[in-house]
Amino acid sequence: MKSSQHFDETHVIHLLRHYLPSQTPLKDFIHHNSLHAFQHMKFYEGIFKASKIFGYQATLPLVDFRKLYAVKRIKEEILDRIILERKGEQTFSEWKHHVLYTAYDEHIDYRIGRLRSYWKSKHHLDLDNLVQPLLFRILSSYLDQGIALWDFPVHAEGFLASFKSLEQNGLVSFFKTAKARKLLFQEGISLTQLLEIVVGDEAYFEQYLFDQQFSHRGWSGMVATLEQKPESLLDTRKITLHDVIVLDLLFEIDHLENELGKNFKPLCTDCKQPPLNLFDEVPSTELQEVLKIWQDAFEWSYYDEVLAGIQQNISLRTVDQAIPEQKSFQSLFCIDERECSLRSYVEKMDANAETFGCPGFFGVEFYFQAEHAKFYDKLCPAPVTPKYLIKEYDVPEKRKHDLFYTDKTHQMASGFLSALTFGFWAGFRLIKNLWKPKMSPAISNAFAHMNEQGKLTIENKDPKDVENGLQIGFTIEEMTTRVEALLNGIGLLHHFAPIVYVVAHGSSSANNPHHGAHDCGACSGRPGSVNARVFAAMANHPEVRTHLLARGIEIPATTQFVGALHDTAADEMEYFDVALLHEANQMAHLQHKNTFENALDLNAKERSRRFASINTKGDLKKIRKAIKERSVSLFEPRPELGHGTNTLCIVGNRQISKGVFLDRRAFLNSYNYRSDGAGKFLTGVMAPLGPVCGGINLEYYFSRIDNYKLGAGTKLPHNVVGLFGVANSSDGDLRPGLPWQMIEVHDPLRLLIIVEHFPKIILQSIQSSPAMYEWYINEWVHLISLNPDTKEFTYFSNGQFIPYQTLSKEIHFFKDVHSLLEAAQEMKTNHIADATQENLPVILHS
Amino acid sequence: MEQMLQLFIWIPLLGFFISLFFNNTQEKQIAGVAYTSVGVQLIGMLVFIGWWAVHHFQTLHLKHFVFFKEENIEIFLEFYFDKTTAVFSVLGAFITFLVLVFSKYYLHRDAGYKRFFNTILLFFFAFNVAVFAGNFETLFIGWEFLGITSFLLIAFYRDRYLPVKNALKTISLYRLGDIGLILALWTSHHIWHENITFMKLENTALLSTHIETHYNAVVFLLAMVVISATIKSAQFPFSSWLPRAMEGPTTSSAVFYGSLAVHLGVFLLLRTYNYWDSVFPIKVAIALIGITTAIIATLIARVQSTVKTQIAYSSIAQIGLMFIEVAMGWHILVLIHLSGNALLRTYQLLVSPSVLGYRIHDQFFNFVPKQPIHSQLMAGKLKNSIYLLSIKEWNMDANLKSVFWNPLKYVGRFFYFVSNKTGIIIFAFIFVAGLLLFTFDDHIPWQIDQFLHIFFAFVGMILTLLAFVEKESPMKAWLFIILSQLYVVLSVALLNDQYQYREILIYFSGLFASGILGVSILYRLRKLEPHLGLDDFYGSIYRHPGLAGIFLVACLAFVGLPFTPSFIGLDLLYSHIDHDEYVLVAFLTIAFLVLELAVLRIYARLF
Repeated sequence: MKSSQHFDETHVIHLLRHYLPSQTPLKDFIHHNSLHAFQHMKFYEGIFKASKIFGYQATLPLVDFRKLYAVKRIKEEILDRIILERKGEQTFSEWKHHVLYTAYDEHIDYRIGRLRSYWKSKHHLDLDNLVQPLLFRILSSYLDQGIALWDFPVHAEGFLASFKSLEQNGLVSFFKTAKARKLLFQEGISLTQLLEIVVGDEAYFEQYLFDQQFSHRGWSGMVATLEQKPESLLDTRKITLHDVIVLDLLFEIDHLENELGKNFKPLCTDCKQPPLNLFDEVPSTELQEVLKIWQDAFEWSYYDEVLAGIQQNISLRTVDQAIPEQKSFQSLFCIDERECSLRSYVEKMDANAETFGCPGFFGVEFYFQAEHAKFYDKLCPAPVTPKYLIKEYDVPEKRKHDLFYTDKTHQMASGFLSALTFGFWAGFRLIKNLWKPKMSPAISNAFAHMNEQGKLTIENKDPKDVENGLQIGFTIEEMTTRVEALLNGIGLLHHFAPIVYVVAHGSSSANNPHHGAHDCGACSGRPGSVNARVFAAMANHPEVRTHLLARGIEIPATTQFVGALHDTAADEMEYFDVALLHEANQMAHLQHKNTFENALDLNAKERSRRFASINTKGDLKKIRKAIKERSVSLFEPRPELGHGTNTLCIVGNRQISKGVFLDRRAFLNSYNYRSDGAGKFLTGVMAPLGPVCGGINLEYYFSRIDNYKLGAGTKLPHNVVGLFGVANSSDGDLRPGLPWQMIEVHDPLRLLIIVEHFPKIILQSIQSSPAMYEWYINEWVHLISLNPDTKEFTYFSNGQFIPYQTLSKEIHFFKDVHSLLEAAQEMKTNHIADATQENLPVILHS
Repeated sequence: MEQMLQLFIWIPLLGFFISLFFNNTQEKQIAGVAYTSVGVQLIGMLVFIGWWAVHHFQTLHLKHFVFFKEENIEIFLEFYFDKTTAVFSVLGAFITFLVLVFSKYYLHRDAGYKRFFNTILLFFFAFNVAVFAGNFETLFIGWEFLGITSFLLIAFYRDRYLPVKNALKTISLYRLGDIGLILALWTSHHIWHENITFMKLENTALLSTHIETHYNAVVFLLAMVVISATIKSAQFPFSSWLPRAMEGPTTSSAVFYGSLAVHLGVFLLLRTYNYWDSVFPIKVAIALIGITTAIIATLIARVQSTVKTQIAYSSIAQIGLMFIEVAMGWHILVLIHLSGNALLRTYQLLVSPSVLGYRIHDQFFNFVPKQPIHSQLMAGKLKNSIYLLSIKEWNMDANLKSVFWNPLKYVGRFFYFVSNKTGIIIFAFIFVAGLLLFTFDDHIPWQIDQFLHIFFAFVGMILTLLAFVEKESPMKAWLFIILSQLYVVLSVALLNDQYQYREILIYFSGLFASGILGVSILYRLRKLEPHLGLDDFYGSIYRHPGLAGIFLVACLAFVGLPFTPSFIGLDLLYSHIDHDEYVLVAFLTIAFLVLELAVLRIYARLF
């Protein structure tokens, strides 16, 4: 960006879009790498560059790492090994001294905002303060999905056109000066012309626009996202980042003229500083080296323990490898790390039960239309675009309403009547909520996503049955392909139990704008109930069974699939189409339901140790009730802890992780290398792990590290804006990312993916697509191969697998995990050095 | 029975003091103390009211505690109990109790957990002082504390810019209202020659003769009361602070701005109803304010696209209706209306985050695409204009800024050239000279005397303005503040020929102690964090909670918070000003107005 360089409007807008946060409206909370714009670089390079440009925190501060070392969460032997590996023996002690004791200036002298700050330093003008409140108000009124009673007069031509028409057809103006108003109506006015007035020198334009748009990155990010994906609002709006920049500049001109007088001088008339290229190389510093060592040491201190645990577990298991062939039931769960504890309790309650993990859309991708719904819900991972539609019909129940959400209370006369009626009822409701929080229509209820008594259009008999370009239902062939792929992926090909449960998950919570972030990530942030039910129906279809047999998968006629939904906040389960079970299975189901109930009790107990409101040592049923109440309580900002603490992803047989207590930190994807020697299915299994699990993990990482700039801050003061976002107070910027209450238990560690297969096969899989390979080669996630023959670990680094030796000594064996859980202390404060101690060490259990 | 009244002041205060003794992680204890004390209050109130009902709702009053007594001035606490007090106190205890219980887990692990509960308890105490008050002085104490607690809760998250900015915005307006009350007090001292109690206002015969004899003064006094009530209830043209005040945790916004604090304006009008009932212009003014607000706030509420601002404006509109109801004399209706409105808005604010889920769900099933309508007709233009104005909140915020604050800032900046070391030395020198003059007061011709005290008041005012616009050094601003107070005292002392050393000593003792305290804290802070200035905000409270607490105490003494010596001094100073000293009153009033802002600005920016 030298001063001779030409300002290219389209290019700069393209760049802006790339770097702005890309969070969709909150109704679809899709986890993603907050620094996706830097993913083409190596992890450390990327985060330090982002930090230098935008002022984000890249890692924990040094003092926190040192505290973690002091409390032994970062282990000395690991730290030593990392320093040795990176710096060699000669400089070891010098670097160790740096790491432990040297004081560094950690202040980030970041690049964004420097140019625009001249308004403040030279003219005592706080443009943000003058421009933003009104700009935000106009934007949110234009985009509003249903809060205002009187809508912005929307024009089909888009945002700027609507603004113009409002400005033109009225007796008053948004502007203070005639100049800005005149410019608004000037035919074909370009950014360049406006920037010439505000900035002056063309060489500074790009820098200025970045400064300006990043001064409200929440709003600009939302606009950029809506420009690309207008359908993410139900009531769609046409808006472009370009329009917003124009208005932004016009308001700036308006205020500048108003404050500095007519013919004010542009900002860069006599700038002494040359224009800054924001994206210039960031020189590496000693501090960065030290931080890298610390972050690696923090990560491997935990990984090493896990790897040692798995290794010891395998060596113990080989003796009793013999799993009974006759299973009482099998159940498929989502890979979600919150299901990891429930799975082990199910296995514990019934030793003959077998559990599997796979992405929670169960390989069936489609749009879902609830009965009477005006829109479709996408139920598959975000990057997939389905071609199918599943419609709900014959729902016997009516949707319930909550009168308190009526518009009427905001009118003058009806507001008066509401105060006299609803007012006193509200007082009564508050008392009720105090003693008995209960599910109500105002609470996001995971079980309400689909009505269990309704019917679904699962089978397509006529390919002409199409709605809005989507085929209604799946043909037998399409069903077979999907069932086959899933069963192959998880390696469930023989020994089918009489009942196979397909358990999706969702989450109920009250008073929580971020509820979508708690639902299933593989279903675009929604409960996966429909997917579970659809998959079960497909796998039960007699014709599908015949086709499957032709493809070599024999499911006995006695075997039936049952869809179910687990509410991860309330710890409740619901089963679908149970009436279709044969008599024998009906009986068995009652028994299994009981097994699930008992497992849920224990699961609730395990979760309760992190909740201050529940006594973990108390009566099981009481705990369960308290857990359920949290999910419907209006005043519980932590109905559940979401993906907090997620760090691991294990792809392989359940046998390798069964018996290792991982404290709900592992995504578990079943995969059988034996039935997939050439790695034919492995690619399909690995493909979603980066974007789904890696995305979740990195969003938690960045929200935890910099909750102010990359996270949403504390939830408590949030104000819902236009039904698509949250902001602080009436004049604040939108807050993308995760709120503090969701990330305080999280240790900022990258995801470690452990795959049970030969390094060669794994490499071949991840190299099958550049997008997938980028995650691994650039180290945004770690990858380890567990060699099925030698049981040795090899670590993927710079394109190859290197042997890994664990340092952790013997992992403790506990007969009863619950004694450990009951003894666990709640964190003293939510500072990382205290918070991390709430996370329990890896242990083995029976 | 009257003796029972004081109990309802001491219970919350006791709760507040107990809650100071825990540390931030003792959440159970902190929350427990808070809701137990408010719960006890609630039960006590209900029992008391039952008993009171048996005694036929007889109005009660209790003269309680005399602060200061002199021939014609007496400052005392006085309590009063009637239907209005009954409704407000039960409503207050009920809502505060629920919100405290809900906050127990809502605030879990917040770095400001203790601060939150302490402040709410202090608020509850202030609220009770105000609603049980039996005279203007007592009411003022509650009123003033309420403002401070509001400020503390709006600026709860101090490490961000907007909360601090909006807290200052709110407190500046509150301060304007407080000044209204001070002026009302001043006028009333002059026309009644004693403290008026609300009991006395029930004597209609006495009132009517009184109003006849002092008609103009009474109109002025009442106008001040109405301004005060208008600001507290966020009525037109002072509405824009309310939506911006919702910066703290949702539960505190609900209790303050959804319900209790905003309805206090209505309370003040109810309390003074007998006084203004027969003063026609005031009555009309109240009704007009109510009507204008009801209409404008409804329009603004209709265009709000964020949920909390929508609730704020809807509530403001209802309070506008209440103003009309009070003016019409429908007092039972007002009490029912305000209770319902308070409960409704509290509830709506508490559940405001769930709007997203509910409404999106609703839209999912009931969406009807809207047809864009474009009308070039006059009606369309008018509609568009009203829409646009409502989006801009009828320019209320901008107008307040340009009418009230910009002139003050302008004057402050104009005199900024003296804001340096030389300036401070010169001012100190002039002060010593003034002090000498004061000692030889008897020998100075009265014309010069007259000129001098106005001059000193003027200098005092300019000094506070200088502190107010200071952008860099907190220490400099603080010194200006101290100096300004010295001038103010000098001015009033000079004026008054029968000066009383005792009063000046009382005032000084407060100022001096807090002034020194402030200097030492600022000095210490500068040692710890040398880069601190006044052009940014630092949230130092998270790093040095102790210093923040002590500095706040110093600040509060300075702003003449009730119970501090400076408060009594302030009140006395005002009562020593004769009723025809308009220029002096104007200067002093501005000085006091800006003083609090300057002091709290230092606190908010640094801590």
